[in-house]
Amino acid sequence: MSQHVYDRVKANPKFAELVQKRSRFAWQLSIVMLVVYYAFILVIAFSPATFAQKIGEGVTTVGIPVGLAVIVIAFVLTGIYTQRANGEFDDMTHQIKEDVRSGE
Amino acid sequence: MKWGLLLLSLSSFVFAADAQFSGKRDINVSAIVMFLIFVLATLGITYWAAKRTKTAKDFYTAGGGITGFQNGLAIAGDYMSAASFLGISGLVYLKGFDGLIYSIGFLVGWPIILFLVAEQLRNLGKYTFSDVASYRLRQTPIRTLAALGSLATVALYLIAQMVGAGQLIQILFGLDYEYAVVMVGILMILYVTFGGMLATTWVQIIKAVLLLSGASFMAIMIMYQVGFSFETLFSQAVAAKKSAAIMAPGGLVSDPISAISLGMALMFGTAGLPHILMRFFTVSDAKEARKSVFFATGFIGYFYILTFIIGFGAIVLLTNNPTYLDPIKGGIIGGGNMSAIHTAHAIGGNLFLGFISAVAFATILAVVSGLTLAGASAVSHDLYANVFARGRVDEMMEMKVSKYSTIALGIVAIFLGIAFEKQNIAFMVGLAFAIAASANFPILFLSMFWKKLTTKGAVWGGSLGLLTAVVLVVLSKAVWVDVLGNKTAIYAYGNPAIFSMAVAFIGIWLFSLMDQSEDAKKEIAAYEHQFIRSQTGIGAEGASAH
Repeated sequence: MSQHVYDRVKANPKFAELVQKRSRFAWQLSIVMLVVYYAFILVIAFSPATFAQKIGEGVTTVGIPVGLAVIVIAFVLTGIYTQRANGEFDDMTHQIKEDVRSGE
Repeated sequence: MKWGLLLLSLSSFVFAADAQFSGKRDINVSAIVMFLIFVLATLGITYWAAKRTKTAKDFYTAGGGITGFQNGLAIAGDYMSAASFLGISGLVYLKGFDGLIYSIGFLVGWPIILFLVAEQLRNLGKYTFSDVASYRLRQTPIRTLAALGSLATVALYLIAQMVGAGQLIQILFGLDYEYAVVMVGILMILYVTFGGMLATTWVQIIKAVLLLSGASFMAIMIMYQVGFSFETLFSQAVAAKKSAAIMAPGGLVSDPISAISLGMALMFGTAGLPHILMRFFTVSDAKEARKSVFFATGFIGYFYILTFIIGFGAIVLLTNNPTYLDPIKGGIIGGGNMSAIHTAHAIGGNLFLGFISAVAFATILAVVSGLTLAGASAVSHDLYANVFARGRVDEMMEMKVSKYSTIALGIVAIFLGIAFEKQNIAFMVGLAFAIAASANFPILFLSMFWKKLTTKGAVWGGSLGLLTAVVLVVLSKAVWVDVLGNKTAIYAYGNPAIFSMAVAFIGIWLFSLMDQSEDAKKEIAAYEHQFIRSQTGIGAEGASAH
């Protein structure tokens, strides 16, 4: 891309807004995933008895729904990010590109 | 500690079957027929793909026109290896809940790839992740290091897959080990050399569909037998095992350092696997790249839930069934990782056993093809075109080099596969993930997110990370004791990532800050340009017109 286009993007306040919003969102979701996963691992490492507790009368333990929930959370988080990035963030990106083009 | 070792030995789960089940099985006709159908279909696709693979862009990225959904399936096909299908269901069969801990580790890297890597990678790169790492840094040193990191990861992963393939096929089809390895090698050379990324992608998509369908059918049949109640499934499993230990965490995670270290290797290693990163260049833009990860995470997560059900189903169906028990050695015939195969037989007889065996073989082919293509690209695009020829090379020549590299890599893989037949290779997949997490990932990540990264910092820090990972694995139990025969391991933990990643990041940070050269100033100044492209996709590679 030419220097000209690039200066225009940089000067566009929408670009700063896009970067700020998206970075914050991406890092927030990353931290959620890291916290969920490492909490799961650390419970297993330090307090396995927590997951070995039975739910109700049967043999099913707490660890099983929690483990399956970690898998589902991972998938749901990717869905949440993709939804917002492919909608809101891509619209903003598109707008920035339009601004750059129309300003020429 | 135990957990870390388990990662290292997971790859050997499939492979160790051979030790327990020596000798060949009777020739399995339905498996061979179904496998031949798969081979003919994929060779047909390769012929079709070859006609459409004319430019370097076609060869490396299938023209960039794969959709997010297709790519999600292909990524799943690239990532779900035979070791994860047979190994994880086998682990659940043997240890119950602990198998679930394992598969979760393999899944959680994907959201991180999406949030932090995928779209920037797509916006900045062309064919390989080295394109991104060397975007504003000096081509020769960065590409050389990134290519070495890629080749090391690919080679280790490939050897593990080849040896696993040989031993698995020996058991499933009754073929000799050498024949099996040569056949896998020749097929992957054919797919990649003639069909490039397009053929590789479709082999991976077909394999993913077959594997997910086969595993779904097994899981549904198991759930049908227990009235679709997990509680019934679990209580029958506990009754079969005469122990409720399978319902709780066992000794898999005992020391937190190994647990965290393994978690880091799996999470960030996934984001540094060259054959996975390469898949992001096959889609047209960042939007499709995000969709790819969304679908891939869904398919892979679903698959791990299926393997969990299959593992518990195996406990119910096999534990007390004399048909599948080894009267001499105890346990099931062929060891724990044959549990999915026996379960297939218990559910659907010889025909379904044949189908699942053929799927396992297809799985291996899809994974090794992706690996070979990534390795060949590191040689032709990074080392040849950009380092050796310094970018002054025509496309036809680069493609020729990539095809020769594919053939050479395939032959090397065949020889290594045969040479390592009787070796203990349990450490290899663990080492591949550790190198990916400690060399490839830090360089890639910091090149995208840290302005002050310089060539010197990336080369020194990346090399130190790679070296630390290799040295610590050699000093750990998996190599020092199990391969070299020493009594006790010098490095006490199962996985090096917690230390080697720290070394890489600190090294890159330190050497970048110390670098006051003119080049370094230019590299830092170029960050803004790179950042705008990575965020907006302005100037990014598009899809080819056709």
